[in-house]
Formats: sequence, C-alpha cells, structure tokens
Amino acid sequence: MSINQNANTGALPNFRNLGILLRILVIVDGMCLAAALLKTTEPLVLMEELIDVSAIVQPILILSLLALAAANDWLHRLRYWHALAALIVLELAITAAVYGFGAHMLGTAGGLGRYVIFTLVITGVLIGYFDLRGRALSPALTEARLQALQARIRPHFLFNSINAVLSLMRQEPRRAEQALEDLADLYRVLMADNRQLAPIAREVALAKQYLSIEELRLGDRLRIEWDISHMPADALIPPLVLQPLLENAVYHGIEPRSEPGTISIRISREAKEMHLTLRNPYRPNGSHHAGNRMALANIRERLALHFDAEAGIKTVASADTYEVRIVIPYLKAGT
Amino acid sequence: MTAAEQALRVLVVDDEAPARNRLRDLLADCAVKMPLEIAGEAATGRQALEMLPACEADVVLLDIRMPDMDGIETAQHIQKFDDPPVVIFTTAYDAYALKAFEVHAIDYLLKPIRLSRLSEALARVRSFAPLKPDVLREMKPDARSHLSVNERGRIHLIPVPEIVFLKAELKYVTVRTAEREFLLEESLARLEQEFFGRFVRVHRNCLVAKDAIRGFERALDADGEGHWVVVLNNVAEKIDVSRRQQHIVRELGRIL
Repeated sequence: MSINQNANTGALPNFRNLGILLRILVIVDGMCLAAALLKTTEPLVLMEELIDVSAIVQPILILSLLALAAANDWLHRLRYWHALAALIVLELAITAAVYGFGAHMLGTAGGLGRYVIFTLVITGVLIGYFDLRGRALSPALTEARLQALQARIRPHFLFNSINAVLSLMRQEPRRAEQALEDLADLYRVLMADNRQLAPIAREVALAKQYLSIEELRLGDRLRIEWDISHMPADALIPPLVLQPLLENAVYHGIEPRSEPGTISIRISREAKEMHLTLRNPYRPNGSHHAGNRMALANIRERLALHFDAEAGIKTVASADTYEVRIVIPYLKAGT
Repeated sequence: MTAAEQALRVLVVDDEAPARNRLRDLLADCAVKMPLEIAGEAATGRQALEMLPACEADVVLLDIRMPDMDGIETAQHIQKFDDPPVVIFTTAYDAYALKAFEVHAIDYLLKPIRLSRLSEALARVRSFAPLKPDVLREMKPDARSHLSVNERGRIHLIPVPEIVFLKAELKYVTVRTAEREFLLEESLARLEQEFFGRFVRVHRNCLVAKDAIRGFERALDADGEGHWVVVLNNVAEKIDVSRRQQHIVRELGRIL
C-alpha cells in the first residue's frame, strides 16, 4: 500500500492489487460474521448460520473478485459514476446467478431479496470505504502535507537572524555577508522540492550553516559537538531531518538558559542501518512543547512515507537532557 | 532646562549580544535628532532590575524572550519601583504577546527594529501610560519564576522554589523563605491561582509549599481540643491546619 497507488478522489481502487482484494475479503467476511452475530451468539448455531450464509456469499465474493480483476482496466476507463453503475449491475448479476444455481443445489434458506439487499449494502459500504481511503491517500494531499512541512521553520528564527545580520552590518560587514549567504542557502533548501532523498553529507553541511547563524546571535552560549567520523557521506536521508531537530534543540535547549549548553550530534552506520542521535540540555518545565511535537510528528511522517516500518524515531527525556534517536535503512546514493 | 529637553536615558535589555549592538547603533542614530543617552545594557531581566535603581533610566527597551526570566515577568517586577521607567517591549516574533499588545494598546517594537519606529516610540515616551499589572498578568499565562518586593528603592527577587509559605495578614501577604520574610502587596487567592499545584491551602489565610512540608502533627487548642499543624523543613514555625482543610492531612499523608 503505497501512495503511488493512483487512488485519485472519485476513482475505483485497483482490483488487481493484492492488498485491495484482501481488504474486500476481510470486510465482506466481517460483515457476514456481524450479520450472523446479530441473529445469535450461541457458538453452534452461529457456526451453522455462518456456513449457511457462506454457501451463497463466498461464491459471490470469489466470482466478484475474479470478475473485478478481469474488468479492472475497462472499469477504470469509464467515468466514475458509470463505473459505479456497471459495478452494481455486475454484482447483482453475480448474486442472481449464484443464487439461482446455489438455491437449486443447496436448497438454502432465505429468498433472493435477502441476498440482493445484502449485496447492495456490502457494495455500498466498500465503495464508500475505498472512496474515503482514496481521498486520504491521494497524492495531492500527501504533497500538500509535504509542502506544509517545508514551511515549518520558525518565524522567530528568521527575524532574529535578520536582526543579528543587521547588527553586524556596520562593524563586521564581512561576517554579515557570510551570514546572509548562509541564510540564503538555508532558505534555498527549505523552499526546494524536498521529496527526494538526499546525501547525508549535504544535510550535515546545511545543519552547519544553520548552526553558524545561530552561533552569531547566541555567541558562546551555543556549543556544538559533532561525532560524524564514522558517517558514510553517501548515505541517503530525507532532506531537512537534521535541521528542524537542531532548531528544536536550540529553541528548547539553549535559548531558555543563560549559561552555555552543548548540543551533540552523532551519526554512524551500523550494519544496514544509519543511526542519528541528537542530544541537548533540557529543563523539564514544559511550556514550549507544541512546536517540538509538531516537528517530530512531521519527521516521523516523512520517515514513514520514505521507509515505512524500516525507519524509526524515538525521543528520550531524562532529568537534564533530551535525546532524539533516528534509525533509517542505509541506502547508498546512486543505487 | 525643562523636563522635555533633558536627555532621555535608555536601558537596553536583550540576551543576544548582536541585538543589543543593533539597538546601540540605532540609539546613536536617534541621538542625532533628540537628546538621548544609553543608561546601560543588560543581558537578563535580573541584571536589568539590579541596574535600574542606579542607572536612572527613563525608558527600558525590553526583549520578551529571554532565559530564566522573560521580558513580561521582568516588566511585572519593574512596576514595583516607586517611579518605574517606561517599558517598550521588543520581540522578533511572538504571536501571543503581539495580540495582547494590540488589545491593550501597549507600545512594542518588532525586530528587526526600524530606526523610524524606534525614534517615534522614544519621542512619545513621556506621554505613555504606565503598564497595568492586570494586563501584564494576562499577557503571561504561566506563573512567574520570582515574586518581588520593593525594599528601599531596590527590587528584591524571591525565587518561587525558595518560598516556604505565604500568609495573608491584613493588607499584605507575608512571604516566608528559609532565611527571612517579605511583605507582598498581592492577594493570596490570586497567588494560589497563579502557582496552582505548588502550594496547598492549609488554612483560610495560608498557602504552604508542598515541597516544604515535612509532615503533620497534632497540637492542642487553648480550649483543650486538638487540631493538626504543619511541620516545615527549614522553618521552625508551625502552621495551623483549619478544620475545613483537614482532608489535606490525609491526602498528603505524612503524619509525624
């Protein structure tokens, strides 16, 4: 189940996708069970009831899945509403056929009407479900989410940085120049299309530029320890994972203290995994945590979009330090 | 020389050195057009409070986001001076504070600060209305880190964690720390609300810091009946627990 499934709003799902077929199976059988449970909860009677219903429903289900897989391309060429109509007609035809054949063979209880209604209800529920799911997973929405993510640098940082640069203009024009260059680079990356993985070396360079701007205004209150001697420079990472975390570390760890504090960053490769650990001093009086949670949720979401369950992000808060640990699979650039 | 012609003395308060430099440059530019002097520079709210009695500032340019004690709280303590200077807040971005400034028509400067905005604000300074304690309290929903009292023209800061108990007496609230006591002109009910969770009300007129409670013991009334008293760490005085508040003995459960 990935976002590349082409599940546009108002489109049918891909009936040749195993995941979709599995979902249909589970939902239909779940509804059968629910219907049977409505009648009785006595295990033996329930069993009988289920077998009874299954005798008709399972053949309908299997035939439907086969027919849908076969008609998949044709259905997707139709307009959504036409495809829905075709789908319902198809389902009713299968139901009638199976009933006609099955009732004759098995002498099953209940009239055709019962199964027609059941088929219509299930078809309706499934169409509704896949429509909602399609909306939730639509590429447009994912893109909007990623775009929203990109704009998340704190306005606080921008204005304070410009203020710091302005303060350098008269006395130290060269440092002001460099700071503006760093700021420009940082914003160039922030505003770029950041949906592709990028080499970790670039991410580290960006983080260093960001930190040099922060050093400008925080002076020796900000201390940085890099431990990246075992970092493979060609490893790939989603862009802007490190910088927002450092921004959090500065905002929550360094700015609220008048004495100097150290942010330490460790990046290393362990077998097939990349480990990123970021630690900052921290005072647990928690008044500024909304921004932090938001940044973490965003990074978690992006890691999931890129690596699914293979990546993880974890935070550990102790009495005086706060640590973020990220694990992502080791992917080399150019492979 | 009339008051209007006297040089305006400005204290700059900001934790970031570049921000202070920038203000110094801008104030120097303003000084060309109006009589102006830099009364001093402070990197923290506490430092500003210490400098104020001696530096005789008319105006304080006060950054809002600072470590240890933020600008809003610093302004609250500044108001305790007998003749407090005018406070103009400076901030890079603080949606919450900005909204409050607009609502209460408080002057503020947005960083990066423009020369024209700064000189306008300084030119109008003498007509500013003083900040109201209620307004400042509303702007800062979090509890203060310190209480403050004016002692012979100086502001004495009392770190909240050092407070053992607060006792209402007539017009004042007595603030007791391990070392000494202070008289505070604030209401006990409001303090209870502000520091909710840190103090427990043991009596109609007394809040005791939970951390300072060693335990409870029985004491005899004048008429021979018993009641509970609070035994404190670091302070010998024992505090009566009123009949109404007896349930806290069970809740905190440290019977000696």
